Amino acid sequence: MHSLFNKTAMYSGFKDYLTGQLNEIQEAGLYKNERIIVSPQGPFIMLDTGQEVLNFCANNYLGLSNSGELIRAAGEALKSHGYGMSSVRFICGTTDLHKELERKIAQFFSTEDTILYAACFDANGGVFEPLLTSEDAIISDALNHASIIDGVRLCKAKRYRYENSDMEDLETQLQLAQEQRFRLIVTDGVFSMDGNVAPMDEIYRLAQKYDAMVMVDECHSAGVVGKSGRGVTELFDLGGKIEIITGTLGKAFGGAIGGFTTGKREIIEMLRQRSRPYLFSNAIPPFVAAAGIRMIDMMTETNVLQDKLHWNSEYFISRMTGAGFDIKPTRSAICAVMLYDARLSQDFAARLLKEGIYVIGFYYPVVPKDLARIRVQISAAHEKDHLDKAIDAFTKVGRELGVIK
Amino acid sequence: MSFSEKIRGLYQTQLGEIRNAGIYKEERFIHSSQAADIEVEFPTGAEVKKVINMCANNYLGLSSHPEVIKAAHAGLDTRGYGMSSVRFICGTQDIHRELENRVTEFLGTEDTILFPSCMDANAGVFEAILTSEDIMISDRLVHASIIDGMRLCSAQHDTFKHSNMEHLEEKLLLHADKRIKLVITDGVFSMDGDLAKLDIMVELCNKYDAMLLVDDSHSTGFIGKTGRGTHEHCNVMGQIDIITTTFGKALGGASGGCVSGRKEIVDMCRQKARPYLFSNTIAPVIVSGVLKVFDILSASTERRDKLEKNTAYWRKGLTEAGFVLKEGDSPIIPVMLFNAKLSQDFSRDLFSRGIYAIGFFFPVVPNGQARIRTQISAGHEIHHLDKALAAFIEVGKKYGILGLTKEQIVAKYGL
Amino acid sequence: MDDMKDLVLNYVIKEYMEDGDEEITYDTPLISSGYVDSFSMVSLLVFLENKFTIKIPPEKATPEAFDNVNSIVALVKQYLK
Repeated sequence: MHSLFNKTAMYSGFKDYLTGQLNEIQEAGLYKNERIIVSPQGPFIMLDTGQEVLNFCANNYLGLSNSGELIRAAGEALKSHGYGMSSVRFICGTTDLHKELERKIAQFFSTEDTILYAACFDANGGVFEPLLTSEDAIISDALNHASIIDGVRLCKAKRYRYENSDMEDLETQLQLAQEQRFRLIVTDGVFSMDGNVAPMDEIYRLAQKYDAMVMVDECHSAGVVGKSGRGVTELFDLGGKIEIITGTLGKAFGGAIGGFTTGKREIIEMLRQRSRPYLFSNAIPPFVAAAGIRMIDMMTETNVLQDKLHWNSEYFISRMTGAGFDIKPTRSAICAVMLYDARLSQDFAARLLKEGIYVIGFYYPVVPKDLARIRVQISAAHEKDHLDKAIDAFTKVGRELGVIK
Repeated sequence: MSFSEKIRGLYQTQLGEIRNAGIYKEERFIHSSQAADIEVEFPTGAEVKKVINMCANNYLGLSSHPEVIKAAHAGLDTRGYGMSSVRFICGTQDIHRELENRVTEFLGTEDTILFPSCMDANAGVFEAILTSEDIMISDRLVHASIIDGMRLCSAQHDTFKHSNMEHLEEKLLLHADKRIKLVITDGVFSMDGDLAKLDIMVELCNKYDAMLLVDDSHSTGFIGKTGRGTHEHCNVMGQIDIITTTFGKALGGASGGCVSGRKEIVDMCRQKARPYLFSNTIAPVIVSGVLKVFDILSASTERRDKLEKNTAYWRKGLTEAGFVLKEGDSPIIPVMLFNAKLSQDFSRDLFSRGIYAIGFFFPVVPNGQARIRTQISAGHEIHHLDKALAAFIEVGKKYGILGLTKEQIVAKYGL
Repeated sequence: MDDMKDLVLNYVIKEYMEDGDEEITYDTPLISSGYVDSFSMVSLLVFLENKFTIKIPPEKATPEAFDNVNSIVALVKQYLK
């Protein structure tokens, strides 16, 4: 297809520029190569090299990505409601399934109403601008997800930033923001790189004290944290008290696509009128809504997946700590195995892959300099012998590389 | 509770204002698949009513095509439901690469990168490739998602009058000193249905050393002899640096979008585009459906040919009935009513006659240019169009606008 | 004074108006009525700065200040020597 292109003068100049940039990314070791998977998502995945590996880097916390029940629900809706809606919600893209899922999500999180998006990236991107103006303040955790940062960039409200989960700093920022009309504190429920849980009790107390609203992104906590998987609001017994919750159907909740904002009725109503990613992007396909409904029903019927996930996480962390690894404190299913050195994190991950364990090493700028790590994500789909195999591999490679004794 | 009565009250007031201005968006609940005939509950709680849909982006009638549904089913069975991951961690299956290659081949570009939606593709592409030394020069009617993408990019920006090539040339001259100049347009404009003059734009870009980005969301699959898009229609295949498009309209209508174009640009998006790096991969079931759509499109041009015939039939019928239409070569045919309230009344009366079409008015379209936007599909049969046409004529008579010019309608109803 | 208004008005007509648009006057709302969007405002700003050799600080170039010819001229006069 190359030959089809007429090389315009402009592009050849730009091409050189981009090639240079891409080379720099390569040389910095930051070039992202994609590993190609030829199987469904699961505890085991098959790579296109023919190697079958244990997967410890998916957000498949509840093991629902390949759930027979969700596949059945999606399949039935494909029959009853077709493949796509070819429309935004307010023109002709809303089915009865979309409304039912919105209602069920609100029930699950004890909120007043819900609005669905194509992804939580879009939910976060579109939540601030319709609600807040230059008279208002957004007080945001320094480690919040990129999508929150982009949403804040699109909003005119005055921005305040506090150090990750640093409540003293949050209090200072709240004091500084007292002149604004409304204040909104924004935090991830679980921070994706460290796995630490936001201190929601303290955040809520400060919000009360300084008359602020709270928004929490439950992407890595919904389904995972709390006895019944209702997220950090359940862990801290704040059900119904948080003004705005955003979340995804793309991780624990089945992992296909879709995100949502759930919260106060007027907030959701305003988003339906003004939120740009909602107004200008397709409705999620009805079969995704149908699988979402089934998923919420499953969450409501039983905690068996949460119980298993919690057991798995605790088992993995305690044995890894016992083996001498340095693990970031967590109450989530994200376990950061600290290695500090960027190159070491890459070598470690490569050797683990040879042992049949698929994990990713993260380093600057994704995490702070000299805080490189391997991020392990536990799933309810993992069995004890999977965890044992991973722990054994970590221990073996850890010894070989002199990370542990 | 910090969500005080004061805050609640403020939002309630704002929502009241939106209602009073008559621009509150009510959703109609559909109890069926997307197709020419749909079952709608509106207003909420009302009995479900069978209507002909004239406002979906289901241009090729593939949204509930049995083969696409079958392929999606097979995708569910063999590839599972979701990937629970971004692309570069563990969210890339072989079928994702296969779809990227199919799109590249279909559009005649060098490479393609998938996004969760075209909204995300447009939101991410500019920031990934341009900096403050560069300039984006966009048509004034480009889609909202391009506007958001430009807002997130530090490059400078300017605009040219809608499809006005002299004005574009002035702007290219004015910004001759910038490092990279990127001209930005929709291929087919969603509210008017007119096509960008890509042949002239390519010439201008060559002359003034600029690149060209085209959002072909409302054209991929059916504009051009073999449905490749606006660039095929304008005979400039292979000369567009960046094409963004969606799988959410003609190509099955489920979800997903892409950036397709120069290899290095696509690679740069893979390294830097934030909605790509920080949002889920497209679910395999959706990918499986879109792959089947490309099989269908490559096998025959039957569906786009039927769409073209339907469009001509519909346009001729409305013209002969005496409606004022916007000119254009696409299946988007706006019936001009100019007055906002008239557009709402007209839409309501159509609905009561079993025809579902939406009235658009300011700020979605310019002030005084309210309209009913009709969208034709290969899923429509002649009997659908005849029935819709009869309803349009009946309602047109009721409001006494048939055969009137713009000036006469404006004199009667105001702007 | 009126010269300046006409100069700005003529530029606005040439740069922003399409055939068939209503005639605009010194106090026709430009931005709130949708004739000029926030991206397109940039060319107006550049025109004013070049034409009158002034520098308007970005924070003063608000949609409100640019909403009609009268308010634009008032803004320009603040920065004229």
